[in-house]
Amino acid sequence: MGRLHAEEMILNMGPQHPSTHGVLRLKLRTDGEIVSHIEPVIGYLHRSFEKHAENLEYQQVTPFCGRCDYLAAMGSEHGYAMAVEKMMGIELPERVEYLRVIFAELQRIASHLVAVGTFGLDVGAITPFIYCFRERELILDLFEMASGARLLYNYIWIGGLAHDIPPGFVEKTYEFLDDFDKRIAEYNQILTGNKIFVERAADVGVLTPEVAINYGVTGPSLRASGVNIDLRRTQPYSIYDRFDFDIPLGEGAQGTIGDSWDRYYVRVREMEESAKIVRQALDQLPVEGDVKSAVPKRIRPPKGEIYFRSENARGELGYYIVSNGKNVPLRVKMRSPAFSNLSVINEIGHGWMISDVIAILGSLDIVLGEIDR
Amino acid sequence: MTEQEIYADLSAKFSDKIVELIEAETFNPTVVVAPAAITEVCHYLKDTETLNFNSLMNLAGHDTDGESDLSVIYHLHSTELDHYITLKAFTNRENSEVSSVANIYGTADWHEREAWDLYGIKFTGHPDLKRILLEEDWEGHPLKKDYVAAEFYRGMRIEKVK
Repeated sequence: MGRLHAEEMILNMGPQHPSTHGVLRLKLRTDGEIVSHIEPVIGYLHRSFEKHAENLEYQQVTPFCGRCDYLAAMGSEHGYAMAVEKMMGIELPERVEYLRVIFAELQRIASHLVAVGTFGLDVGAITPFIYCFRERELILDLFEMASGARLLYNYIWIGGLAHDIPPGFVEKTYEFLDDFDKRIAEYNQILTGNKIFVERAADVGVLTPEVAINYGVTGPSLRASGVNIDLRRTQPYSIYDRFDFDIPLGEGAQGTIGDSWDRYYVRVREMEESAKIVRQALDQLPVEGDVKSAVPKRIRPPKGEIYFRSENARGELGYYIVSNGKNVPLRVKMRSPAFSNLSVINEIGHGWMISDVIAILGSLDIVLGEIDR
Repeated sequence: MTEQEIYADLSAKFSDKIVELIEAETFNPTVVVAPAAITEVCHYLKDTETLNFNSLMNLAGHDTDGESDLSVIYHLHSTELDHYITLKAFTNRENSEVSSVANIYGTADWHEREAWDLYGIKFTGHPDLKRILLEEDWEGHPLKKDYVAAEFYRGMRIEKVK
């Protein structure tokens, strides 16, 4: 090579670091400015979710699910509720299904807004972050209207919802959607094609489909590599087969397929698609129906086990639940998407500069709450 | 392929290393595999063209009652052929040993570390089996049903939970 080998240095990035999106430590082995190995050290936010779940009744686990992925709490609750419902064979009223889809998709938009905004922030663009949070605020207002909470909802219950939506919710959601399409054009103007942003993100940290599948990378990060897997389409749950929406894939428009820019842009386009789904669901929302009519009095799934997966904002959210026929689960394992998504970082991040590792980490969109559980 | 066909295929290939197919009381028909044979079974599942299980969706440890054997559950999926299979390996509580699949599935690396961390299941052949969620000097494996928390951790009292 004819290159001088400087002494290798171990650099700790985190646990307290603004670009680690939570409490994460990256042990970087560096050779000058180049990172030769990345070892994520996790567990700082471990709150023993799974141990708690083994000591709580099924309905008491729901709020804990939201606390794992706190940026997509509706999605986490939805996945858990569906898993237990499937074990118990509960049929839901149509209205519940539609409302759940509306909330799950609004949550996806809110979560992607954080992802897009903070990714911009990571690479030096401060304004889009403020713009994204402005829109997210509107979604949180909607959630507050329906559930009373802005971040952690405990709204999707096993067998239904905590309560029906208040009057005026539908109109306000339409209002938000009408406005939101214009907002996406704004993000595209200010960030997507921004030369500095493209230089920082395009061609950086290319994730090939084989590596992605091998490491269990799912969600937008997987689709940015051109793999067409979205559980809402490939294994439809709830009522997702009734809606017309596209699955955005990475196309390498600014560089290589599966680079950080693709991971960013897939999220932007997914927000458009989610908005489309919310609009369709609102159009078709049945007027009649008691959202609590299917909530069981006693939640005791029959003896057995299930692995149920759904598409949360960050990817495949799986629940492995074992029941022994009592009102307390024997085991609840959450297969959290960000856990597997983060594990690939050494594979795609080594060989890049320290500043690029920050861009790659930002493009993976992790939430430490669900990684550490 | 259906789970039954996959089970028949595996039984023919590995004979006594494949114990049984559990279909009752589960939504995911499960093939019970001898713990030492997991690696070769997964190799076969991944590399055979007609099976092509390229994705390990989930790997979880499990303890039924604090007395009987621990188990490890593997949820596999083929993204190409779109079929599923679940594997299960039972292992002794005190001397747990399951062969590692971390060299076959990248997902398994961290998931096996998690199972070691929380259940104390040893995965032979894992490149770097150490705790992942808890601190290195934590005593015991908390998700075991017979786990009793130590009184102190680094001089701090651990609160008793009922």
